[in-house]
Amino acid sequence: MNHQRRTVLKGVGSAAAVGVAAAAGLLKPTAVFAADRSAFDAKGVDAVMKALKATGAADSRDIVVKAPDIAENGAVVPVEVTSSIAGTDSIAIIAEKNAFPMVGEFDLSNGAQGFISTRIKLANTSHVRAVVKAGGKVFTAAKEVKVTIGGCGG
Amino acid sequence: MAEPMKIRATMTGDVADIKVLMNHVMETGTRKDAKTGQLVPAHHINSIVATVGGKTVLQAEIGGAVSRNPFLGFKVKGAKLGDKVTVSWVDNKGDKNSAEATIG
Repeated sequence: MNHQRRTVLKGVGSAAAVGVAAAAGLLKPTAVFAADRSAFDAKGVDAVMKALKATGAADSRDIVVKAPDIAENGAVVPVEVTSSIAGTDSIAIIAEKNAFPMVGEFDLSNGAQGFISTRIKLANTSHVRAVVKAGGKVFTAAKEVKVTIGGCGG
Repeated sequence: MAEPMKIRATMTGDVADIKVLMNHVMETGTRKDAKTGQLVPAHHINSIVATVGGKTVLQAEIGGAVSRNPFLGFKVKGAKLGDKVTVSWVDNKGDKNSAEATIG
């Protein structure tokens, strides 16, 4: 994990508590671009896993990836990841067959549960993979979603 | 830019169920304009920070693979009725937005 990025974001978070407007002013784009976003430029699942420092993640039944079996519209695919692993620190979502598979990484703290719900784009029928980091260990689980119309254009 | 963001926060037992709907085009940068054939430049949210009761509960880095007008749902244990929830985001062009709501 990139600690500098954490510090930057934490600063922003606490500022937001004082005043949302102040937070908006403090959040300089340069600081944000400094964040480690290498996983988002990685092509292929292996490269993404490497960028996330998640190679060799163990398959876990304690992670549930909830997504439709068949998605008619690949532009909007609802995905829910629930991790019942104690001390879940972060959940990352990867769409394996997308040109850029990395979808997002969600760092949880201060009582946030191992749960993330969002909507993603899938270019093709693909496995949607969740990568969970908990207590320095990495776990993963995936679910296949069949896509009839892709959502990444091109 | 900076269109409104919707936050809904409700308590289920001792866990706050927070749902956020952001307004953003979320262009991947790989899509071609149907008329001109040119690539549409990437324009998507990069970072999201959420706080509950002044404490950061969620920091997210996302890319263009999140759907247009992103939805984000998460759960926070130990939150209380009346706690303030704030969510802010920054996109790859430096645009930003934030909103707040009260758990109720």
